[in-house]
Amino acid sequence: MKAKIRITLKSGILDPEGKAIKNALHTLGYKEVDDVRQGKYIEIKLSSVSGRSIEDLLKEMCERVLSNPVMEDYSFEIEK
Amino acid sequence: MKFGVIVFPGSNCDHDCYYVIKNVLKQEVEFIWFREERLEDFDAIILPGGFSYGDYLRPGAIASYSPIVKSLRRFSENGGLILGICNGFQILIEAGLLPGALLRNRSLKFICKKVYIRVENSKTPFTNLITHGRVLSLPIAHAHGCYYADSKTIEKLESEGLVVFRYCGSNGEITEESNPNGSWNNIAGIISRNGNVLGMMPHPERAAEDIMGSCDGILIFESMVNHHGKHKQKNTR
Repeated sequence: MKAKIRITLKSGILDPEGKAIKNALHTLGYKEVDDVRQGKYIEIKLSSVSGRSIEDLLKEMCERVLSNPVMEDYSFEIEK
Repeated sequence: MKFGVIVFPGSNCDHDCYYVIKNVLKQEVEFIWFREERLEDFDAIILPGGFSYGDYLRPGAIASYSPIVKSLRRFSENGGLILGICNGFQILIEAGLLPGALLRNRSLKFICKKVYIRVENSKTPFTNLITHGRVLSLPIAHAHGCYYADSKTIEKLESEGLVVFRYCGSNGEITEESNPNGSWNNIAGIISRNGNVLGMMPHPERAAEDIMGSCDGILIFESMVNHHGKHKQKNTR
């Protein structure tokens, strides 16, 4: 099993890297770009989980380690 | 007074702290490897600056799961003094020993320069020898020092006097221009509610002797020694 996890800064938090990327895209002429938010992508390979759901396990990992809930949001997909 | 300086893989201000405590402050000091767990023999613990685990995942995140941090929690509950400097501050925040988060500097740049900070609370174990409102000159050297917390937490920090240092101008004026990294309310250092865990982005150990260009940083270490002396007296009475 594989979990694909995406971590981004919460919407209210200034993302200076995203802003720099937006400016670069504008410089290259992509005037259609209104906003850029960037983040992290993590892939985790898992063996079968027993006693609890994979979603539950991943949620715990995201909240304890992979993201900082003070400033980041996460989402994940599971590929079987 | 016995200090311990925790060494994580990637710490790089550990020797500076050790040198200042031993040679300038003239107190007992030992390095503590991050895999160790015993902290009972120490009166104060320093988490030094650096790039623990190469700042992987988030600065301080992986170090905050070290065995020593578990002991640090107990140490703090028992009233031991903990000072986290720069990456040490980031580790304390990731470990949940202090609230909030330290984001990437607003400018996206690693900033290494001397700044001014104003002492906002002189009743802490770390600032008791410094008058309220005094301006200190200390260097910063970080890429992730923009202090952030939700508005409720900020309100609490402010109303309870837990903001200990604020970036300011040379006369103590709090302005946008004197805020090097975009921190909320110019926050440069905060303390825990029980008053024994302090985290700060500026480096007091890099401003502890005339030859370093400023002696202001030594006041923080001297305050710790002063606090310890008084505390010990009270306990033996």
